[in-house]
Amino acid sequence: MLLYIVKHLARAVGVFLTVTFITFVIMYGNGAGVARATLGMSASAKDVQVRMTELGLDRPLFIQYFDWLGSLLTGDLGKSYYTGQSVATALAVRVPVTMSLIIATIILTIIISVILGVAAAYYRGWVDRTVQVATGIGAAIPSFIVAVVLVLVFAVNNPIFPATGYVRPTESVSGWLVSITLPVISILVGTLGAAQIRGSVIDVLSRDFVRTLRARGISERAVVFRHVLRSASGPGIIAFGLLVVAMFGGTIFVEQVFALPGMGQLLNQSAQAGDVPMVMGCVLVTTIVVLVVNLIADLSNALLNPKARTR
Amino acid sequence: MSSAPDTVALVTTLAPRAKSRPVIVEILKNPLGAVCLVYVSLVVLVGIFAPLLAPMDPNTTDLSMTNAPPFTEGYLLGGDASGRDVLSRMIYGVRETLIGCVLVLGVSLILGVFAGLIAGYYRGNIERVTDFISDSIMTLPGIAFLIALYAAIGPNMPVAMMVFGVIIAPTFFRLVRAVVVTVRRELFVDAAKVVGLSDVRIVGRHVLWAVSGPVVIHSAGVLAAGIGIQAGLAFLGLGDPGVPSWGVILQEAFQDIYRNPAGVIFPAVVISVSILSFVLLGNIVRDVLQSAGSAHTLRPARRRALVRQAQESAATETTADEDVVLSIRGLRMGYPDGPDSVHEVLHGVDLDLHRGEIHGLVGESGSGKSQIAFSILGILPAEAVHLGGSIVTGGVDLLRDEVGLRSVRGRRIGYIPQEPMSNLDPSFTVGDQLVYGLRAARTMSKKAAQDRVRALLERVGIIDADRVMKLYPHEISGGMAQRVLICGAIASDPDIIVADEPTTALDVTVQAEVLELLRELSLERGLAMVLVTHNLGVVADLCKTVSVMKDGEIIERGSVEKILGAPDNPYTKELLTSSRSVELMEVAE
Repeated sequence: MLLYIVKHLARAVGVFLTVTFITFVIMYGNGAGVARATLGMSASAKDVQVRMTELGLDRPLFIQYFDWLGSLLTGDLGKSYYTGQSVATALAVRVPVTMSLIIATIILTIIISVILGVAAAYYRGWVDRTVQVATGIGAAIPSFIVAVVLVLVFAVNNPIFPATGYVRPTESVSGWLVSITLPVISILVGTLGAAQIRGSVIDVLSRDFVRTLRARGISERAVVFRHVLRSASGPGIIAFGLLVVAMFGGTIFVEQVFALPGMGQLLNQSAQAGDVPMVMGCVLVTTIVVLVVNLIADLSNALLNPKARTR
Repeated sequence: MSSAPDTVALVTTLAPRAKSRPVIVEILKNPLGAVCLVYVSLVVLVGIFAPLLAPMDPNTTDLSMTNAPPFTEGYLLGGDASGRDVLSRMIYGVRETLIGCVLVLGVSLILGVFAGLIAGYYRGNIERVTDFISDSIMTLPGIAFLIALYAAIGPNMPVAMMVFGVIIAPTFFRLVRAVVVTVRRELFVDAAKVVGLSDVRIVGRHVLWAVSGPVVIHSAGVLAAGIGIQAGLAFLGLGDPGVPSWGVILQEAFQDIYRNPAGVIFPAVVISVSILSFVLLGNIVRDVLQSAGSAHTLRPARRRALVRQAQESAATETTADEDVVLSIRGLRMGYPDGPDSVHEVLHGVDLDLHRGEIHGLVGESGSGKSQIAFSILGILPAEAVHLGGSIVTGGVDLLRDEVGLRSVRGRRIGYIPQEPMSNLDPSFTVGDQLVYGLRAARTMSKKAAQDRVRALLERVGIIDADRVMKLYPHEISGGMAQRVLICGAIASDPDIIVADEPTTALDVTVQAEVLELLRELSLERGLAMVLVTHNLGVVADLCKTVSVMKDGEIIERGSVEKILGAPDNPYTKELLTSSRSVELMEVAE
């Protein structure tokens, strides 16, 4: 088990370094461009040169990257080129908003996916077809379209929910729930894992041991929810890891539509402004969260399925 | 959103090969498929001939037409917030969409399919490296990365879409690699290698052919994702505002949603319908390609009618013999072989099981032996159809009385399966699943159940019962697993055991031990047993009565001495002869 954890941890660190390095190279590859963006198009070549030295952009990329990585360990992610605000401080304000959306979505998606997936796999027939068609369409329609339609129906035409704005749960829990209802639905529609659950439940239902458990007199409910779901959860959990990546994509659009002051909005605004340290910080947080979620998915898979541990 | 196709790829299975008719014909025969195909073709044509079709220039502003409602003179879909013609803008927007789609598909297809072919064909280190790259890209937060890219290169749709092609390429990679690995294992590729064909020709002729179906299906999904991402980036304000695209139109309409709520509807609908067309086309192609290999399913109405018919057919008289613990009469079972027809696999089987008797059920595979065993326990696959007859034990008709069946199964009737390793739940320890099963059948405390399971494990010959109870199924041997399963069958103290080839999967030495154990248990507890086997040696060893099965019927029945000594039926004689020659061969070895 320890070896398993170490192996997966090493892999996650490898992916982390690869992803952040590639992003870094793309962001800082054109040092003069970055410097010019902060000065405006009319800046002279000399000003740009001065600015590059000032920001340390004239150093080799590798050095810049290791420098960035080094300050990362001390919790320093640099400062915004525009507002001078510390990136870490900005993220500390923005990330909780996005995480509250994602956690609410994860909880709902797990409950709904398991119910729909098990129902589709167990009953087959029209239940199966309905679940498959509905989740297929949901996954295909981009979250921003869902969000726009929800705003049109529930905020503009029938003002039931607010179209914009975010209430912190520390201020008012009910206000928070109301403010994230439409955003979470918009993300949720596209990130239901019912198809994955369905697939693995069908697979497990056809295994011999299920027949033997039934023959032993165990009730259908216990066979499905105690035994089948446990074996089926492995592939399901791995799929959820990937769905979390999709959820992050969803939050970016949804924060835009509902004007939520989350990290996605910060990323989008910073990217349009050319505020490279801020963009880098957002990519960093997103990558770490995605990797941690996948790591947790792998570890829970190992806990639930004893065979995976020995692999 | 970016990874929706990723997850689709995970569940996309290897599609069986297409039938002879071209796929396009099959798509057009499906009404929905025809609509989607026509729609997609129209969109492509509109994109190509945009300058001819658009009523005016997409960027011409006429302030008097600001937010003009649809069907205004000359402005079929009305005007936008700047007084531009929405229809013309949408028509020109098709071009952006098309370019984006072509780039995404081109890049992801080339990278993913090529890497997948190489990794799947050569395996080894190449596969490990490509796998790592693919996994890294898949954990990449795709949209965030594309937005970050904007900070470096500004609004540049073609480059963004090519990068998205790279991001989505792993879905092709995984799909293609999985297919290639499967195909590679198949004999024909080995055969081709022996014949001396070069790698390139093997890949070209066999592998590419097998890969093409799944790739076409997945391409539809990638195109759908491409439309979504392209519109999405523009919607975020990362597109070029000077170039009309669907995402920009939607974004501009959304910013004006309070003054002109209807403005978002048209672009939202066009984007959604375009995406759905590709998704549905992909599904239809998959259905067409898989229809050849899929299992037949019965129409629900037809199934209900058959079930009613079987249920109503009066349960035929059962013997009043006190000594009979289980009585099967006229049992008929079938499986669907079309939407309305059922293929019968049991044609009216009669069987009486007497108290304490071990009744052998022999015959070659496919003769219906296991079907009888599963019918008794009510564990046939869901698609099986009961066509008639009854199975009665203790006054309960197991085929008609669902509640009665549940009260009997696992309590009065135990089951010993064929394949020991696959019949234990891999997620639970041996002790856990035995104790849970016992407590499902008998009301007793956990402690009492544990004690009983431990005692029984020792009884079936497991020495270190305490330790074994804590092990997971993959940690014990096949012989031990079969003992555990026997323990599971007898734990609730049943009168009847249904044993389906209980020794087939075991080593010869272990076989003898397990048979001896079954005999002892039968004597000790007065257990009646239906023993399904194809092995006449097992029958000779254990059984009192034998029924010989062929093609879903019992063709001869009698005492073991008679059947093995002087059979009447020519088929039984044949079975005996072939069995003897096998035994002789085994002795010779």
